[in-house]
Amino acid sequence: MPDRPFTIDTFTSLDPKVPLGPLENKWSHFKNNSRLVSPSNRKNYHIIVVGTGLAGASAAASLAEQGYKVSTFCFQDSPRRAHSVAAQGGVNAMKNYQNDGDSVFRMFYDTLKGGDFRSREANVYRLAECSAHLIDQAVAQGVPFAREYSGYLANRSFGGVQVSRTFYARGQTGQQLLLGAYQAMMRQVGLGKIKSYSRHEMLDLVVEDGSAKGIIVRNLDTGMISRFAAHAVVLATGGFGKIYYLSTLAMGCNGTAIWRAHKRGALTACPSWTQIHPTCLPQSGTHQSKLTLMSESLRNDGRIWVPKQKNETRQAKDIPEEERDYYLERRYPSFGNLAPRDISSRAAKERIDAGYGVGKMKNAVYLDFKDAIAVQGLEVIKRKYGNLFDMYKKITDVNAYEEPMLISPAAHFSMGGLWVDYELGTNIPGLFAIGEANFSDHGANRLGANSLLQACVDGYYILPNTLPQYLASMDDKKLPVVESPEFDAAEEKIRNSLQQLLDIRGKRTVDDFHRQLGKILYDKCGLSRSAEELSKAIQEIDELMALFYRDVKVPGKQNEMNDELEKAGRVADYLEIGRQMCIDALSREESCGAHFREEYQTADGEALRDDKQFRFVSCWKYDKERPSLVKEALNFEFVTPSERSYK
Amino acid sequence: MKFELKIWRQPNPDAKGAFQKYSVKDISPDMSFLEMLDTLNEELILKGDPPVAFDHDCREGICGQCGVVINGRAHGPLDQTSTCQLHMRSFSEEKTITIEPFRAAAFPVKKDLKVDRSALDSIIAEGGFISVETGQAPEANTILIGSEQVEEAFDAASCIGCGACVASCKNASVALFTAAKISHLSKLPQGQLERNSRTKRMVQAMDKMGFGSCSNTGACEVECPQGISISHIAHMNKLYFRS
Ligand SMILES: Cc1cc2nc3c(=O)[nH]c(=O)nc-3n(C[C@H](O)[C@H](O)[C@H](O)COP(=O)(O)OP(=O)(O)OC[C@H]3O[C@@H](n4cnc5c(N)ncnc54)[C@H](O)[C@@H]3O)c2cc1C
Ligand code: FES
Repeated sequence: MPDRPFTIDTFTSLDPKVPLGPLENKWSHFKNNSRLVSPSNRKNYHIIVVGTGLAGASAAASLAEQGYKVSTFCFQDSPRRAHSVAAQGGVNAMKNYQNDGDSVFRMFYDTLKGGDFRSREANVYRLAECSAHLIDQAVAQGVPFAREYSGYLANRSFGGVQVSRTFYARGQTGQQLLLGAYQAMMRQVGLGKIKSYSRHEMLDLVVEDGSAKGIIVRNLDTGMISRFAAHAVVLATGGFGKIYYLSTLAMGCNGTAIWRAHKRGALTACPSWTQIHPTCLPQSGTHQSKLTLMSESLRNDGRIWVPKQKNETRQAKDIPEEERDYYLERRYPSFGNLAPRDISSRAAKERIDAGYGVGKMKNAVYLDFKDAIAVQGLEVIKRKYGNLFDMYKKITDVNAYEEPMLISPAAHFSMGGLWVDYELGTNIPGLFAIGEANFSDHGANRLGANSLLQACVDGYYILPNTLPQYLASMDDKKLPVVESPEFDAAEEKIRNSLQQLLDIRGKRTVDDFHRQLGKILYDKCGLSRSAEELSKAIQEIDELMALFYRDVKVPGKQNEMNDELEKAGRVADYLEIGRQMCIDALSREESCGAHFREEYQTADGEALRDDKQFRFVSCWKYDKERPSLVKEALNFEFVTPSERSYK
Repeated sequence: MKFELKIWRQPNPDAKGAFQKYSVKDISPDMSFLEMLDTLNEELILKGDPPVAFDHDCREGICGQCGVVINGRAHGPLDQTSTCQLHMRSFSEEKTITIEPFRAAAFPVKKDLKVDRSALDSIIAEGGFISVETGQAPEANTILIGSEQVEEAFDAASCIGCGACVASCKNASVALFTAAKISHLSKLPQGQLERNSRTKRMVQAMDKMGFGSCSNTGACEVECPQGISISHIAHMNKLYFRS
């Protein structure tokens, strides 16, 4: 490409607001010195929390418990349905109940290394530091974590670590944690301290004099547009992996809230860093609307393999042991089947692309429990994973106790999101981003079971300590009002953009565009990337975007329930986000974590980081054509980034 | 495969609804039921007809957002399976598939197959929680709970809040939903202290929200996608009379 599709901004300097002092004192240092709002004053502050997943519900409950007035918004018909509900495997915490060498430092280091040294030390350390409390809180709320016969809490292992620090509730850890947070939130609703708006979608952020003052929402049941003003706005809107169309996310997951905030000035960070999860059900046809995750916990006992022979036609059970390639065990002997997700997914893709894939579409690998059942017995395996095997049977009609599961990589988690500082504030004063919506702790690859943790820690412990500092230091403490030129303009803009979509009256459905975008991104900005393919992708997305505005067909009207109009707005944003993802991936000329650039790899095909040139977080300033790159340098004061090896 | 469909259409809460007939073809047996509806909707949109509004989100049986009555049965023909987990291989081509919304006075129809289930949230807000605030919790392993006891609480806690129990009850009672939450919390040591007041408030909330009363027909248990047992209702009643 003759011209780079982005500019580099060297003037803007970003303050990550990391407190001084030794790593282990930073968070206490912040708390010791932060400004507070006195209990009797708190009811005068109004806070908007968009999103009621683990991050939003826990933040809303905790802030309301402190005495603030909170309004929550979600697009589902109940706060309890946020996609956190779907998390299966578990949540990490440093309790060292297993006495197996765990420590806050080790958890910090595992997470930092897991993210390929592309996150802020101080944030990651705090995540590990606050993790133990979360388990206490969840147990007190009634979360039925798995127990040993003795009555003590049980643990399992997750990928990328060599200790057992994962707490779990059958295969429904997310559901149970979310119900705990939801119930805490509903308690505050009952007490009149939270007002909860379900089926309300945030469509714009209102910024006045440089600070966030409120949002514009659309009631999805009636189509009514309304305005909400507050002292601060918190975005807890989750991940946008649904941009790939086929993903493990829920149908409604979207990037709209963060993207519209971005267009109002909030920086995004590393938007292209997407985790492609290795153990999902493979695509079985063109009709498919989502790919179901099979929990990573299965890799504790299941062994992953492909046939040694290309284009194998025999059934799995007819392939003798010596003709099976347990490629993770072969390539990564010390972590084996529990190698981190980015590495496992890439290894699967490598085998599939080389012609060793199995299944109807030759797009899968085997996950086999034969040995585990032989050693531990059927009953033990049933007890550990029964509901996952049931789910597998429901979807595929195959009994995985008798033949191996077929699994394949699928888009799963957005490491990227809105840029936030140590206090979880974006660069717009008064706008905060928590949970999967932000870019913070996971760097270029997230470790399994760390993101329920991050969503909870952000919501229960960090934000309730950092947001008051912002409120206490506001110059003008009056509640903003919705009768302002900024609110007027934002509302009008939203009405016009909705009408614009309806007026196109083209010939292709919204889903049709979404599927095409998803395919471009999966092929060119997915598991592996190259300058050539990314440049092509940008061009293809530009063309698709132009076509979308000429040819999309959105039936119905604005002022009614209109599912297609909802989707059209989200896909319009996805097209823009997708373009920025490709630019982000193109600008980073190194491989790190989930970001694998084909041009930058070691002789044996591992990611080749370039710490000299790329030890920074890529933050993006909005521009329709050429966004500009602002670099937040990552300073490693306490550890030395090493080559990330799991061999 | 091809299918004849009879679907409840109702443009808004005040309109009088009616069934309409559709046919779909080129349906693969591996398609999920909702993907079959997606296919129908894409056709309708391109033809210029209004697509069918139906609820769904996770499409993996856990969020509780989906739920329609299929051939007279909430969530369709399979036991312990939510609408989104159904696949077309479970249907035979010969029979017309009738699809209608969950019906109950407390669940007014919003549009087509979507109903308003916010009454379920209101019941939880009345007492479906343990009153612990952030920061108050003691060290987790100071509360020992036997693994069997946890599993029992879990069986109740696994409710996805879809409302199929209400839709399948001839009295439109919400007893199974409410009892599941009461059981989940009261079977754990942490939930003991508020047990009686919680039960009282939640039971009263059911009446206040306009749900019918339970006459122990057991229909709810049969159609619950999580297989939650009606024994929880007996447990709730026992606690209620004690409180
Ligand atoms: C299938 C699956 C399994 C997983 N398993 C694990 C696991 O085992 N362990 C682990 O640690 N992590 C796991 N994860 C990741 C983890 O679940 C998520 O990262 C985490 O739950 C995100 O929480 P959240 O609160 O940030 O977002 P969510 O729970 O997604 O909540 C987002 C909220 O924002 C609302 N929202 C979004 N957009 C708007 C808008 N425009 N207007 C209004 N409201 C809006 C939604 O309604 C919702 O309430 C899994 C993820 C998936 C998809
Ligand atoms: S769509 Fe979530 S349970 Fe069916």
